[in-house]
Amino acid sequence: MSKKSITILHLYSHDMNIYGDMGNILCLKKRLEWYDYEPKIIEYNQGDKFPIGVDLIVGGGGQDSGQSKIMNDLIKIGPHLKVLAEAHVPMLMICGLYQLFGKFFKTAEGEIIKGIGILDIETYGKSERLIGNIITHSEQFGDIFGYENHSGQTFLGKNVMALGRVHLGAGNNTVDASEGALYKNVIGTYLHGSLLPKNPAIADFLIKQAVMRKYGKVTKRKIDDPYTKLARKVASNRPR
Amino acid sequence: MPRPLVTILGKAVKNVAGLRGGGSALPGLVVEHIYPEFIQHTLANLPLGVVVICGTNGKTTTTKMVVELLQSHGLTVFTNRTGSNFTRGVAAALLGDIDMRGRLHADIAVLELDEAHAVHFVDKIPPRYSLILNVMRDQLDRFGEIDHTSNLLRHIANATTGKVVLNREDKRIANIAKSLDSTKVSFFGLDESLLKFFPSDDELHGVSTNKKTAVKADVVLLKFNDNSGTFVIDGEPVKTNLKLNGIYNVFNAAAALALVRAILGKDTIQNELMETLSEVTPAFGRGESLTVDGQPLELVLVKNPSGFRLGLKSFNPSDYATMIAINDNYADGRDMSWLWDVDFTSLAKVGVVQVSGIRAYDMALRLYYDEVAIKNVDTDLKRALKRFIKNYVGKPKRIYCTYTAMITLRKALSKVTKVEVVK
Repeated sequence: MSKKSITILHLYSHDMNIYGDMGNILCLKKRLEWYDYEPKIIEYNQGDKFPIGVDLIVGGGGQDSGQSKIMNDLIKIGPHLKVLAEAHVPMLMICGLYQLFGKFFKTAEGEIIKGIGILDIETYGKSERLIGNIITHSEQFGDIFGYENHSGQTFLGKNVMALGRVHLGAGNNTVDASEGALYKNVIGTYLHGSLLPKNPAIADFLIKQAVMRKYGKVTKRKIDDPYTKLARKVASNRPR
Repeated sequence: MPRPLVTILGKAVKNVAGLRGGGSALPGLVVEHIYPEFIQHTLANLPLGVVVICGTNGKTTTTKMVVELLQSHGLTVFTNRTGSNFTRGVAAALLGDIDMRGRLHADIAVLELDEAHAVHFVDKIPPRYSLILNVMRDQLDRFGEIDHTSNLLRHIANATTGKVVLNREDKRIANIAKSLDSTKVSFFGLDESLLKFFPSDDELHGVSTNKKTAVKADVVLLKFNDNSGTFVIDGEPVKTNLKLNGIYNVFNAAAALALVRAILGKDTIQNELMETLSEVTPAFGRGESLTVDGQPLELVLVKNPSGFRLGLKSFNPSDYATMIAINDNYADGRDMSWLWDVDFTSLAKVGVVQVSGIRAYDMALRLYYDEVAIKNVDTDLKRALKRFIKNYVGKPKRIYCTYTAMITLRKALSKVTKVEVVK
């Protein structure tokens, strides 16, 4: 019997892909293989035709130049992404694309960059850069370890939950202790690191949602992962 | 405070710091604080001026080569040899070389500078020559973004009063030429057949860039093998033996040759250059080869994804026992995400026998996802090194390590073998 496949869409792999964002794709790909599914990775870049048959979507951070490059294209495919998000397709958006999945980004100079509004969040550019190790906690995923590096400060609206509460570091902003956002199966976060390898509970959540949507039930093997726990333990004791 | 007093005080701090085995920048910090124009005044009157070398990767080895090539032409060269490439590192190095009246007896200063510091440096002391090697993602937690770093480098080029030497194969660097008078610019480059060894930062992320270029370079690396390289200099191929490990060091040699040719102009003695180049060894920890129990032990410094990728491409892992040591102290960069931008599958065949450093388990996790087998993980560097040496007697060894891990390892290694002491 051929293996069940799961198709991962890597959003703007050319322009929005820094600080180890590749690690998130690799983590999903390998874990799917280890769970005996067949991962298929497709890339979407500006100007491409938006693909069909997508089970999971991952997008990363970018430099300012990368963000301004993809802005118009993102607005164009926004409606596609919105339909999929409402249909509970799991998505992980890091940093730059997390911000652009929100309602808008207001730059420090007062310019308003429109987002695609899947997440009920607003982001404001600040001069201060929030950089360093970060630890947050979520009831669903436990402790979440990563590294943040952003100058945009994000504020959550009523229709989203925070992904975690900050224990070390800044998170969404310097005002409240929230980090990231969760809406249906869409996760947005500022955590690089990469996020997924050291936080496999989130990786497995995304995989589970994708498999459930496509096949109705999950058959999962146990993964023999000797290093994650120890890497998390070390991360829990590092300075900001 | 009068200048001689500052000099004496600074020298005294340097001696005391040296006794303590302390960091190389402390005396410079003291002098910088009490006499901020110290560097400016001391460097202002050198006959051949100041040379600044910048870029993400290869500064230390390239600076070492440039210094030795200039010395081969009889010049007295001042340099910041310790790799302490912040302004206060320069001040500290100056303190060691000036006389009690604060005079520097040198013809020219060749300084490797970290770009964030170089921008301020060149505003005070415009260099006569500059060499810009490359721009890669390095410790973005300090500088922010690669485009921002490119702008810093452009600023350095614009502040240069004489010649600017640029890397033709790095798009962001080559573009700097557009804002300069073309008579001021000289390039070093690679033959087309070697371009594949140097993926640009964009290509690491899947953006294909049209690499063919019509721009003529003064020095081109045509081909290389383990112990020789052929350069095309001013249109003529020249072959030389080399003691440099790894293609990136050999490409740095092309950069050094182009810079030295720009400085010496028609006074260049080509035979002398090539003879000296054949004897140059890599800077400490940059492909440096030590001997332990009669077997070579190579230290390869890795600071960023592109450097790590180049290292893995340059050194064949078969027949070698491989160790990787990753720290995340401030000088290494706290952010571990860079490990995920490096492809380790080339190590899958032979595996990694020892993983160590503060972030050993992050590294192990990274290797696990590339299905590279690991024999042992130990966060304690000294213990891990001991085990590595003991368990692989009779085998050549290679250690990929971050900056502070390298410092600890060299210190431990100096107890069992000859390690060059860098003052």
